[in-house]
Amino acid sequence: MAITYDNAIKQDIGRDDTPSFIEVEHLHKSFGTHKVLDGISLNVSRGETLAVLGRSGTGKSVLLRLIIGIEKPDSGSVLIHGQDIAGLGLDQLGAIRKKMGFLFQHAALYDSLTVAENVAFPLEHHRIDMTVSERADRVRQLLVEVGMEGDLDKMPSDISGGMQKRVGLARALALEPEILLLDEPTAGLDPISSGEIDDLILTLQRERQMASIVVTHDLHSAKSIASRLALLNAGTVVIEGAFDELQQSDINFVKKFLKQ
Amino acid sequence: MSDRGIAPADLMVPPLRTRQKNDVPIFVSTAKRVFTTFFEWFGSLGLFTWQVLKAAVTPPFEWRELIRQLDEVGSKSFPLVALAGAAIGVVISLEARYSLSRFGAKSLFPATLVYSVIQMMGPIITGLVVSGRVGAGIGAELASMKVTEQIDAIEASAINPYRLLAATRILACILMLPLLTLAADACALLTGWCAQALVEPLSFHQFIESGFSGATFNAFLPPTFKTAVYGLIIGLIACFQGMRTSGGAAGVGRAATNSVVVGSLFLILADVVLVKFILVFFH
Repeated sequence: MAITYDNAIKQDIGRDDTPSFIEVEHLHKSFGTHKVLDGISLNVSRGETLAVLGRSGTGKSVLLRLIIGIEKPDSGSVLIHGQDIAGLGLDQLGAIRKKMGFLFQHAALYDSLTVAENVAFPLEHHRIDMTVSERADRVRQLLVEVGMEGDLDKMPSDISGGMQKRVGLARALALEPEILLLDEPTAGLDPISSGEIDDLILTLQRERQMASIVVTHDLHSAKSIASRLALLNAGTVVIEGAFDELQQSDINFVKKFLKQ
Repeated sequence: MSDRGIAPADLMVPPLRTRQKNDVPIFVSTAKRVFTTFFEWFGSLGLFTWQVLKAAVTPPFEWRELIRQLDEVGSKSFPLVALAGAAIGVVISLEARYSLSRFGAKSLFPATLVYSVIQMMGPIITGLVVSGRVGAGIGAELASMKVTEQIDAIEASAINPYRLLAATRILACILMLPLLTLAADACALLTGWCAQALVEPLSFHQFIESGFSGATFNAFLPPTFKTAVYGLIIGLIACFQGMRTSGGAAGVGRAATNSVVVGSLFLILADVVLVKFILVFFH
């Protein structure tokens, strides 16, 4: 019998050994002649946060885009709850994506919609069972969670980059995802805003027990929010483990990266 | 360059590379590149069309977005189309009166105006005006959404962007073009009659009766409804150009320009085929 998405979730949640929600196996991706990912393998379980670190252009964001299926891999596989997403059509992939939240590097808010409408957007399309007032309550609740309840009617262009990321996070959480992918959540933010976003991610993670992957340059942020770190270089994982394990590594690149 | 100035080596012209026996002439490589790009473009358009078609015929249907697009394409294009139609009506009236007078066929003026407007000028002018306004608008809007990752965000939210963004816009263009054409035709006939009536007395009733005498539905319906094909071309090309763009602000500009240029060109080429088709099957 083919494993359906819902069955896979039920089976996985029922197990004690918390199997991987996300499994990436030997992933290769090139753009033209430029090889971005060269055989990456990773996995993330429920309640776990993996921080993916590395220099600019090492394919961290591409990795996230491959996991959510926006990009297609050249070879290798991405398994979400045990189901390989390669070769799935947009609508089949949509069924899997409903359980995933994605925060884009520049938030990617819909610029013709208000803050509240941005957060309501996934609900309007997927939670048609909700009444208008229920949806409005849910949007308000999500915006309270990210500290943006006072800006419901503002346009994305009228709020700061940090606030846009908060709204992007609220939108990513709208469908109560089991998997959260965050692309540079603190990039370009001042230290106070970065700290606030980190605290927010930690709180959400503690409450919802999602499987999360955070792509970041910010070692401090990675250290505080992730249970595991993976350091990428030249399209491969140089080292993977807890922060202490990375600190004890003898690999030159790891030492150099941790000195930043 | 040395730190004291220009080194002699910098002034030397590098020796010209002599042509090797196996070198491909430059015109061959250019032709190959143009040929590949041409077929790649059509291949991508074919795949895009297939994706849109699949999305358009499978639920859930995006009714709210479709209604928004009907308003965007139809109501908001109406003033421009009406104005263009009115101008064309006056121009045809002036030209027809002058030409017909020379041949002593002034009595044919109403029919000439009616047939010229409804069979030829009304549809093509409406198509070109909508291509300029709506094609550029759709191309720029979708391209802007593409470069700011908003289309990716739609996809990441488990919503099919082909269904939400492309199918609704293309369908709105298909449905609205015939209606806008009727509006342009009506304005053109009205101003054409006005231009004639100002010079020689001609009642509107007389003008309509004479202009449409002996006319059949076959003479007027196919030219009006062929604009649905124009709508398909305008919407499809604009959505395709917008959703495949890359390269920031320059990419947005390129998508908007290409939407209008390619859309208008294909529209005129399609007209050649459609006119022949109508002549063969409806006359």
